[in-house]
Amino acid sequence: MSLEIWTYSIVGLTFLLYIVIAIRSKAGTTKEFYVAGGGVNPIVNGMATAADWMSAASFLSMAGLISFMGYGGAQYLMGWTGGYVLLALLLAPYLRKFGKFTVPDFIGDRYYSRQSRLIALICAIFVSFTYVVGQMKGVGVAFARFLNVPFDTGVLIGIGIVFFYAVLGGMKGITYTQVAQFCVLIFAFTVPAIFISIQMTGNTIPQVGFGGTVDGGAYLLDKLDQLSTDLGFDLYTATNPDNTVNIFFITAALMLGTAGLPHVIVRFFTVPRVRDARISAGYALLFIAILYTTAPAVAAFARTNLLTTVKDADYKEMPNWFKNWENTGLISFDDKNGDGKIQYVADTQANELTIDRDIIVLANPEIANLPAWVVALVVAGGLAAALSTAAGLLLVISTSISHDLLKKYVTPDINEKGELRAARLAIAIAVITAGLAGLNPPGFVAQVVALAFGLAASSFFPAIILGIFDKRMNKEGANAGMVIGILFTTIYIIYFKPQLGGPGTPEGYWFGIAPEGIGTLGALINFVIAVVVSRLTPPPPKEVQELTESIRYPRG
Amino acid sequence: MSGTKANYWRRNLRILTVLLSIWFLASFGAAILFAEELNSIRLGGFKLGFWFAQQGSIFIFIILIFVYVKLMNRLDKEFEVDEE
Repeated sequence: MSLEIWTYSIVGLTFLLYIVIAIRSKAGTTKEFYVAGGGVNPIVNGMATAADWMSAASFLSMAGLISFMGYGGAQYLMGWTGGYVLLALLLAPYLRKFGKFTVPDFIGDRYYSRQSRLIALICAIFVSFTYVVGQMKGVGVAFARFLNVPFDTGVLIGIGIVFFYAVLGGMKGITYTQVAQFCVLIFAFTVPAIFISIQMTGNTIPQVGFGGTVDGGAYLLDKLDQLSTDLGFDLYTATNPDNTVNIFFITAALMLGTAGLPHVIVRFFTVPRVRDARISAGYALLFIAILYTTAPAVAAFARTNLLTTVKDADYKEMPNWFKNWENTGLISFDDKNGDGKIQYVADTQANELTIDRDIIVLANPEIANLPAWVVALVVAGGLAAALSTAAGLLLVISTSISHDLLKKYVTPDINEKGELRAARLAIAIAVITAGLAGLNPPGFVAQVVALAFGLAASSFFPAIILGIFDKRMNKEGANAGMVIGILFTTIYIIYFKPQLGGPGTPEGYWFGIAPEGIGTLGALINFVIAVVVSRLTPPPPKEVQELTESIRYPRG
Repeated sequence: MSGTKANYWRRNLRILTVLLSIWFLASFGAAILFAEELNSIRLGGFKLGFWFAQQGSIFIFIILIFVYVKLMNRLDKEFEVDEE
């Protein structure tokens, strides 16, 4: 069978599976629509959270990014996993005890204030929307590259499928499709990694092969360091002391952002008990770590393979995969000195080879000569990653509109049926809007992902933590902290992102912190302002203090 | 009763402090601030700082959550605030 037939069959089958699951898990009440009825098994929720969390970028781009960054890739690896420790220890159990449907619910009740709820609501929608547009774009790209479907059609197919199961099943449908999507994506990511690990190091487990030896008897990472220095690149495994502050702040911003992202937090409202929320975060991280510990191994394998293949090699003798990817424009070779050999070196003047880092995951099966069905599987995996994340985000947007905005502000007397209908309508509109934005993404979409994390870190994270751990925290403090935290972070990012039209240059960075890491400082500012303002203003009412007390104990 | 509840909360905070210190040491400490020094030590084919940065810290994160779950479930029972 040809690659194309394999890809159509496997992608088609997975889509069919998602639709069947959606039909079987139609939501009948708002509770089912918002939190899947609240009775989800913690392992199931762990898988759904993992799929929710791992986006098209985690699946397709992260290994490639690490491959080109070496040691520095750690900021993504730790940043996107370490937040789960914070989530498990500081947020999930307490929010589960609180037991409502959304993050704005918690903020609004804990801070007894409609303004607080509104600030949280706007942040939730903004953060989720910027994020979801990128996922829609990812679906389009995956289709365009592998199924010879135009980009637009790819996005439309993506809209269609998410529309179907999100509108029908709400959180219930999304949860069970995410479990299926997790299985597809993790299988698709690990199978090629295992084969490549066996080929290169003789170890079945990529995490072990990562530290193993290659044919000459030298350690893989030593060989990679050697190859890198031969070509003028930095050592793959070496730290860069000039960049320590930046790695520190970016890692922290991604961790705090992870713990503050509404589509992740809301998953912990779906399990029945406090103890389930705790263990569920553990399962989620365990499932996420399967991909996150395999990715750096894949990155090192691929980098070694690539450098060995192209180092001083004759262009004419390049293997098939090289030519294939050249045709897609993701690899390009420009023989500057006309000697017919490839010079892939750190010096940009002399370098003749340009490689898009996304091909690290995409081309891996071909580089390792794996059968066509494995390549098809990787496509299905990338789509599963994009669709599952998109669905989780869209749910947050629709819940914010129907539950937090309509029910609390516009039509408080809306009945259960009406609210469910409004939720369905809201998610339908959100899917279509996100899809259209993905079709025609404003140029800044890729750039605003930093903003999404920065905002989550500098707004929700401190407000929720203080709401749980500081009984004296009041609405004045929380609101002041959130507003100033968000404003500071947003202005800094816009100012220092030339892609957003900001005039700032890296020389002007405060303490050398790049915009991606500024959410950490924003969060600190939020904490300090909130604590100071709250101590200068009246304490929260008695019933709010009782609420804060009650969420601290699983029972009673 | 409120005395025991306050006690429960204090014990909870102590567990959090210990576990989060380990969390910080493994990620921001070993993998970032001290990575360069640790890189002079080897763990098989890995330099230690690099291993913490790309593998070890993640394993430690997982262990921390499961240890937390175990400690908290025990604490809930001891103070009789566990759920049915």
